[in-house]
Amino acid sequence: MRGTTRTVAVAAVSAAALLAAGCSSGGNTPSASTSTAASAKAGGAVTVHGCTPQNPFIPANTNETCGGNVLDAVVSKLVRYNPDTAAPEMDIAEKIESSDNQNFKVTLVKGYKFTDGTEVKAKNFVDAWNWNRYGPNGTLNSYFFDVFEGAPDLDCGTFDKDQGTGENDPKAGDPDCKGKPPKAKTLSGLKVVDDYTFEIKTTEKVSNLAVRLGYTAYAPLPDSFFKDDGKAYGTNPVGAGPYILEAYNKGSDMVLTKNKDYKGKFPGQVDKITFKIYQDTEAAYKDVQADNLDLLDSVPDSALAGERYKTDLPDRNEAKAVGTFASISFPSSKADKSYDNPKLRQAISMAIDRKTIVDKILAGTRVPATGWVSPIVDGYKAGACGEFCTYDAAKAKALFDEAGGYTGKMTIGYNADGNHKGWTEAACNSIAKALGVECVATPYPDFATFRTKITGEEMKGMFRTGWQMDYPSIENFLAPLYGTGAGSNDSRYSNPAFDKLMTEAAAAADGATANAKYQEAEALLKDDLPVIPMWYGKAVVGWSTKVANVKVTPFGTFDLTSVTVK
Amino acid sequence: MGKYIVRRLLLMIPVVVGATFLIYAMVFAMPGDPLAGRCGERPCNPAFAAKFRADHNLNDPLPIQYAKYLGNLAQGDLGETFQQVKVADELQQRYPITTRLAIIAILFELFIGVLAGVLSGIRRGKFIDNLVLVSTLIVIAIPTFVIGSLAQYAFGLKLGWFPVTVSPQATWFELLLPGMVLGAISLAYVARLTRTNLVENLRADYVRTATAKGLSRARTVGVHTLRNSLIPVVTFVGADFGGLLGGAIITERIFNIRGVGGYIFQSIHSRDGVAVVGAVTVLVIVFLFMNLIVDLLYGVLDPRISHD
Repeated sequence: MRGTTRTVAVAAVSAAALLAAGCSSGGNTPSASTSTAASAKAGGAVTVHGCTPQNPFIPANTNETCGGNVLDAVVSKLVRYNPDTAAPEMDIAEKIESSDNQNFKVTLVKGYKFTDGTEVKAKNFVDAWNWNRYGPNGTLNSYFFDVFEGAPDLDCGTFDKDQGTGENDPKAGDPDCKGKPPKAKTLSGLKVVDDYTFEIKTTEKVSNLAVRLGYTAYAPLPDSFFKDDGKAYGTNPVGAGPYILEAYNKGSDMVLTKNKDYKGKFPGQVDKITFKIYQDTEAAYKDVQADNLDLLDSVPDSALAGERYKTDLPDRNEAKAVGTFASISFPSSKADKSYDNPKLRQAISMAIDRKTIVDKILAGTRVPATGWVSPIVDGYKAGACGEFCTYDAAKAKALFDEAGGYTGKMTIGYNADGNHKGWTEAACNSIAKALGVECVATPYPDFATFRTKITGEEMKGMFRTGWQMDYPSIENFLAPLYGTGAGSNDSRYSNPAFDKLMTEAAAAADGATANAKYQEAEALLKDDLPVIPMWYGKAVVGWSTKVANVKVTPFGTFDLTSVTVK
Repeated sequence: MGKYIVRRLLLMIPVVVGATFLIYAMVFAMPGDPLAGRCGERPCNPAFAAKFRADHNLNDPLPIQYAKYLGNLAQGDLGETFQQVKVADELQQRYPITTRLAIIAILFELFIGVLAGVLSGIRRGKFIDNLVLVSTLIVIAIPTFVIGSLAQYAFGLKLGWFPVTVSPQATWFELLLPGMVLGAISLAYVARLTRTNLVENLRADYVRTATAKGLSRARTVGVHTLRNSLIPVVTFVGADFGGLLGGAIITERIFNIRGVGGYIFQSIHSRDGVAVVGAVTVLVIVFLFMNLIVDLLYGVLDPRISHD
């Protein structure tokens, strides 16, 4: 998951501050929807709200938007996401073919060049993915490459996969793999056929591989990268994208200039893009008002209240539905048994008045959820949660009594460094009123402390959770969150029927069949309700009077290739 | 005098070492795993976690971690943050900006504060006295973020006299408005301290003697009384300078200043011990020097206090 890293990311799903930046290379045709004065002319410079990147600019080590937004303009991938619909479109790939969803053949478009002058060839993808997955390199996004055959052979010998994730155990393994090297250096599932063709074999059938390949981590790497294991690349990334990172002035800004040699399908319009680093979006917002900053991807809460941003930035704002999902999770049975009865969980969900909370506390910047999957992805089906996500105090109380009530005090945990106090308290009030129980919203000092408690299964009582998609697919809202043993399955939910449907969907021959299976799996969640759906996110953005053709992607980022200067 | 200064300088060494250890231990003892929030709402993969821990010595117990840190420090290496930026580079960039900001704030509070204090002190009970009392009370009562946001909105956004936010270069002019906001509350204290002390000293025998000698009013107040009255003010301002360096977090956020306060806050937040210790150690040293200067100034202001 792209997004949350402590300071910046604490806002996680709430503030739309860090929506994943899967896409940014955009069409060169001006958007009709948001352009105010469509005097589209190329050239000029724009400034964009930025934040401090948490890692060097290496695709496999960038999992948050601060660095991701920059990198996305610098690299091109096999596919890119359409800036309006998030649907995958071929970029460097000419075609990706498969007859069985397990063996894929990728053909590249000729002529894409890295900014160091070398051409993008098949081996640049294969080498990059091998490096990204190779255990001793310890990359953040290595799990994206688990899908390829032979991935486990690249793990360091010391890691015992059966012993859980091990990330909280300082003695989890020898970091350098000293004496215990991985079995292989390359993924057996990747094979270069010729300069412009390579083959992929996946471990299991995957019906949405093409959708996944648009994520930044799958970007090709130039030969020069491997000379020093990305040390130089990390400060000066060499991509095949529409922009070049000219300078990174730590703590103040990142300057991108247009790639003059870019021959791809999605070039940029403006000559220079500067990401100005702000500690606080409040200051950035004032700068947009004063025309000192052109693009702001997250309007601060103070301006959301009473929709003040609409009068401050008339015709210069947009609230766009994005692929995020907020929820309240139940603790795992190991941590707290008191919520084990599904009827009790359903009653609690029914007792929450989502619409009122969204309108009164969140200034209408969310959409009450009717299921577990965001409406912006292909395969979304409204109403998956049915009556259990519809507020009905009387029914909730009846169900609650049927479930045998609840002894003691209910709690909803949240991290106090994000903006979660208001809505968790409101949700608690709603539950308390409808069910006649005591409910308290419990703060944890910060995101790090909060997450440590959750992953260590020490969290008693309910707690807030959020998700933002890695890639626009219904699968991404289900498999990583509710599959048995999945990485972000905070409630430790396990349902063999659900897992079976996930596997079947991945093997489905076409998109429609796959989606139907995924929807079936989503419907199962209604009966067990391991997680209460709360709402889907919206990104509220604003821009200055100096720019036109501003387009917001379903990832909540600006499409930097379509923006122009007036 | 020279001996006194040397003794004070030598005393600083154990204080600095002790302070770094205490800070290091405190960051170490904070709950929460530095890796917990690093990979979003999913746990970091084991290979990354292991590499990260090894790179930042997180596997070692506290004394060994601290020893490794001190070892590097002795070679002039302040270490690298989790974001792989050199702490020394960050501090080199941030301390000059924060120092400029603090100097503006101190000059502002000293000039205006002492002036207001003297005026209200010599016109006790008159209109000007009441005006100063009421206005300082208002300033003390309003939190900095309100003053800051209001000033930014009025002078920056509406009137356009000052830039709305501070650019990376952080020129003196750009820092003028933030500096005045930062100094506003201290200004109120300086004015009140000056006034109280001045009023008290004006009743002292030596002032009556000076007046009886036939000295002018200006000389009696300006030289004889004010000098003695400034001791508590100097003590306050000296301590305040250190406080302004590290404690300007709110002002820094409002005006987007790349200063030290925000850096320390962020680093504490991300459990980045190396960054916190580096920044705070410099602060401790500044505090110690300010204290020394204040103590030396006592002797200048009041010859009865001697350091020999």
